[in-house]
Amino acid sequence: MLAVEMAKAAHRWWTWVMAAAFIAIPVLIVTALLLSTDRPEPGEGPPFLTLVQVNGVFASLVGITTIQPFFLPLAAGLLAGDAIAGESQAGTLRYLLARPVGRTRLVVAKYASVMILVGGAVVLVGLTGLAVGGAAYGLGPLPTLSGATLPVGVALARVVLAGMYVTAGMAGLVAIGLFISTLTDSGPGATVATVGIYIVMQILGALSALRIIHPYLLSHYSLAFTGLFRSPVALDEVMTGLVAYASYVAVFLGGAVAVFRRKDVTS
Amino acid sequence: MSVLATSDLTKRYGDELVVDHLNLSIAAGDLYGFLGPNGAGKSTTIRMALGLVFPDGGSVEVGGHSVFSSSEARSRALSRVGALVEEPAFWGYLSGRRNLEYFARAGGNKVDRRARLDDIDEVLRQVGLADAAAKRVKAYSQGMRQRLGIGRALLGHPDLLVLDEPTNGLDPQGMKEVRALLRRLADNGTTVFVSSHLLGEVEAMCDRVGVLVAGKLVAEGPPGHLVDEPDRVRVDVDDRRHALDVLRVVPGISLDELEARSGGGPGPIKVGLANGATPAGVNAALVSAGIGVSALVPEHARLEDVFLTLTEGE
Repeated sequence: MLAVEMAKAAHRWWTWVMAAAFIAIPVLIVTALLLSTDRPEPGEGPPFLTLVQVNGVFASLVGITTIQPFFLPLAAGLLAGDAIAGESQAGTLRYLLARPVGRTRLVVAKYASVMILVGGAVVLVGLTGLAVGGAAYGLGPLPTLSGATLPVGVALARVVLAGMYVTAGMAGLVAIGLFISTLTDSGPGATVATVGIYIVMQILGALSALRIIHPYLLSHYSLAFTGLFRSPVALDEVMTGLVAYASYVAVFLGGAVAVFRRKDVTS
Repeated sequence: MSVLATSDLTKRYGDELVVDHLNLSIAAGDLYGFLGPNGAGKSTTIRMALGLVFPDGGSVEVGGHSVFSSSEARSRALSRVGALVEEPAFWGYLSGRRNLEYFARAGGNKVDRRARLDDIDEVLRQVGLADAAAKRVKAYSQGMRQRLGIGRALLGHPDLLVLDEPTNGLDPQGMKEVRALLRRLADNGTTVFVSSHLLGEVEAMCDRVGVLVAGKLVAEGPPGHLVDEPDRVRVDVDDRRHALDVLRVVPGISLDELEARSGGGPGPIKVGLANGATPAGVNAALVSAGIGVSALVPEHARLEDVFLTLTEGE
């Protein structure tokens, strides 16, 4: 079933439009920096932006931090929300279940396929950033946020870890999207609801008066991966973030399976 | 053994009882027509048979396996079923062939998947889509989608075919081909459970028919003998008035009152037969009274008439 999901995704035109959009992001960032006569000031733009002109490796990181707050959740919400509700709306869900595809298997395969596509988007941005950043500014040892310098190999490994963390950061949102997707027969409705929930989390996370609930928000841990570029590595928040994401996955993916296993498919 | 059996199958949506303690038993090789007015519960029954909708009571068995006792049993029950549920639905951005391929790969065990994949070319040829197989489904006409839907149901030579309105959107030639295909499949041992609004089509094609009204099975049997009504014959005679006088005194014979009051001369008379009265007896009575009989034709009520009688008021 997972292979079928991936093959279907490969035949959808908007999969390739999204891929092109993700590839364009680091290209645009590096092009803008190349064309700009002024160096960006510290704090201007996404994290690590000021360092791209020092080391092309940072183009990859800037790309990842640029997609992380909006573009990636948008793609994750679109894919997850549409995963089951879209099949239901199109009428293909009843034919899959009558085939028969097990209901739990279908939910898990849909979840895995969305996560693979989200991970693929992060990989695309990371690799494109490395390619264009390296071509424009070269790849060298990486100065950390703490002042130490990492050899290129270690730096690239940290970039990979950062990409994995950002992908993991979408795991909870994809689980929420899939849960919503089991509740409705409208793919666009589920997508809007999923993205809306993430935006509300970001807004709540920006309100200091609601500090007490911040640790429970998915978006709260999104930049924890910057700790990977300190020396020594600051893993505490990364680990807390991973636990939070895993909790969201357990609750909402479990909820999606529980709802879908007993759902009457009338569409 | 029943290939499809329901026992006290019941489904409610809120306060509305959609399927009411339904008992069906479809034997292997049957071509069974499932009839009923809109909202009678046919689609809900079909969806429960396919494990899509959960019953509130009763059970469904397919091939001897319960559809709702466990997911393993459901998988076994449905692994040898092909279905067309209401309108056919496909991934429009994929070609007809890829749709069949991906549905074939999607579920079931390795052997069933292989059998379905190996069947794609044959099925495309069977439903007349071999030349259009590479086209995207969104470019298909409704009739082509319907053919592809039937093709998907046929993949892997299922033991049971569940088809909801299989001739929807087909031209007369296509309808004829599908009827012949279903008849051929049933003759070769495939059980076919078909729901249709086209009563003439069902009458011409099916071995048995069940009529569902308000979720209940109100009649079941061969299409020509759905209700317990007396046999009738049409007799063409040379003197109607004389013939009516003769027949009035023959035991077991009933005559239409309006017809009995009509005039004489040559023409047909409709005669109801009961209590052992036979067409041969009618003929003998008329001939012995010197009345010329030019034709004697047994008549059954048409399925449409029976259906309308059974569903009156719905």
